Amino acid sequence: MDIAFLIETVVKIVVILLVFSALAGFGTYFERKVLAFMQRRLGPMHVGPYGLLQIAADGIKLFTKEDIVPQNVVAPIFKIAPVITAATAFMAAAAIPFMPSFSLFGYEVHPIVADINIGILYILGVMGAGLYGPLLGGLASANKWALISTARAAAIFISYEVVTGLALLAPLMMVGSLSLIDFNNYQAGGFGSWLVWSQPVAFVLFVIAGFAETGRTPFHLIANDHEIIDGFGTEYSGMRWGLFFIGEYANMFFISFVIAILFLGGYGDGSGLGALALLAKVSFIFFFFLWTRAAWPDVRPDQLMWLCWKVLMPIAVLNVVVTGIVMMF
Amino acid sequence: MSLEQFQDRNVAEQNYYHVDIADYPTTGWGKFKRTVQRAFRGELFVGLWVVLREMIKFDIHTVQYPKEKFSIGPRYRAVHQMQRLFESGTERCIGCGLCEKICISNCIRMETKLDENSRKLVTDYTINLGRCIFCGYCAEVCPELAIVHGPRYENVSEQRAHFTEYNDMLTPIDNAISGKQKEFDGYGAITPHEDERVQVTPLAY
Repeated sequence: MDIAFLIETVVKIVVILLVFSALAGFGTYFERKVLAFMQRRLGPMHVGPYGLLQIAADGIKLFTKEDIVPQNVVAPIFKIAPVITAATAFMAAAAIPFMPSFSLFGYEVHPIVADINIGILYILGVMGAGLYGPLLGGLASANKWALISTARAAAIFISYEVVTGLALLAPLMMVGSLSLIDFNNYQAGGFGSWLVWSQPVAFVLFVIAGFAETGRTPFHLIANDHEIIDGFGTEYSGMRWGLFFIGEYANMFFISFVIAILFLGGYGDGSGLGALALLAKVSFIFFFFLWTRAAWPDVRPDQLMWLCWKVLMPIAVLNVVVTGIVMMF
Repeated sequence: MSLEQFQDRNVAEQNYYHVDIADYPTTGWGKFKRTVQRAFRGELFVGLWVVLREMIKFDIHTVQYPKEKFSIGPRYRAVHQMQRLFESGTERCIGCGLCEKICISNCIRMETKLDENSRKLVTDYTINLGRCIFCGYCAEVCPELAIVHGPRYENVSEQRAHFTEYNDMLTPIDNAISGKQKEFDGYGAITPHEDERVQVTPLAY
């Protein structure tokens, strides 16, 4: 391992951390604006031009609030839980190629921290491990709402992870690799070679599971404000709660990247246009996350489990079987 | 609607119809069919379209309050004002005490005396806005259109007494003389076209 590689990796990690922490902040701004426009409101308008500095105001507020560790909580676990959520969200980014490789001052840069050959497996595994945040935070909180949220998190987790894995199995069989770069290169032929055309069912299943994974609105059950306050986040304050938040939004961005690379062609042939196209796709998927929040109602936890086990999982298995049969002949 | 229909008070049997909701399926096959129907009816996309349409139309209804304000109706009953006569600028209040008498929450208090011209002079006039329910009876009963409701609905102050000072409620004298004082259109005000409805009182029989 030479020193240049080490420096490059560290720089990439720092850039990804900074960019996506900032993007998580901008994500909240976009979410508030988009939801406001869809509900005929204006959203944040007072802090800065068009409310843009609202992010800074929120950040200052989160950083300077008192860090409360309530009575009766299991303090070490209570303190580490938000870190787990945020850290796993960013760890998952390690295997995502954010852009095609480009040369900077004659130096070839690959905008992926580690091109491991089990990329998608690693991402799913780390994102799955991210669930320990809500799980441990809720259990340690000594709060009934948090406990309900934890129970929901566990029940939902085992439901949607099955769908995620089985849905991805069929495209995996076609591509024959777990690396996201191989996925991208498989679809490099342009619009017609996107996996969404050959695997539409897997795409829909994976998007649904992605909503459950990030806890966005149709499946916003773990921290459902109108039922269980903020769920696992009820007892958290200040930056600890902010870490949960950053983790959630970073997760949304990363799952958007994963969907765009797995099914929507990624950055295509690797040109500058392809990189822009990837950003456009990711933006659209992120917008879709916000869009559904304005349009759709939440389902109940039992409905989500019914959906995952009785509807989506059989469809996913059928999809795998049909794909196998088609590939065989 | 005809009179017979109108007089039929048996509301349970007329104008009501059952919403067309199918019975809940009991068999497994029925449940399956309903699920498939619901899954492919595309209602989720209708919802998506509705919110997207509103976003594209950009028909924003927000009033950015400190910068923009609603124009409130002329009949709105906010904090009271004491009016003056136009041109002369004399106070309209004649100290009759009707507003004090009619006030149902007993929040108006006035003290009067006879001045050197033997006119009644209001020496002290307070409205306890902590008690006032803004019913508008005082404005309605006032024979001189002296006490009216103003358009000032922002009732934030450091002290409750700030709105009850008689001199604060009184229109500034230069406003009255220059004709800038606005007449209250609400409760107790003269209705439009009042002049045409005035009839001569028959004096001779």
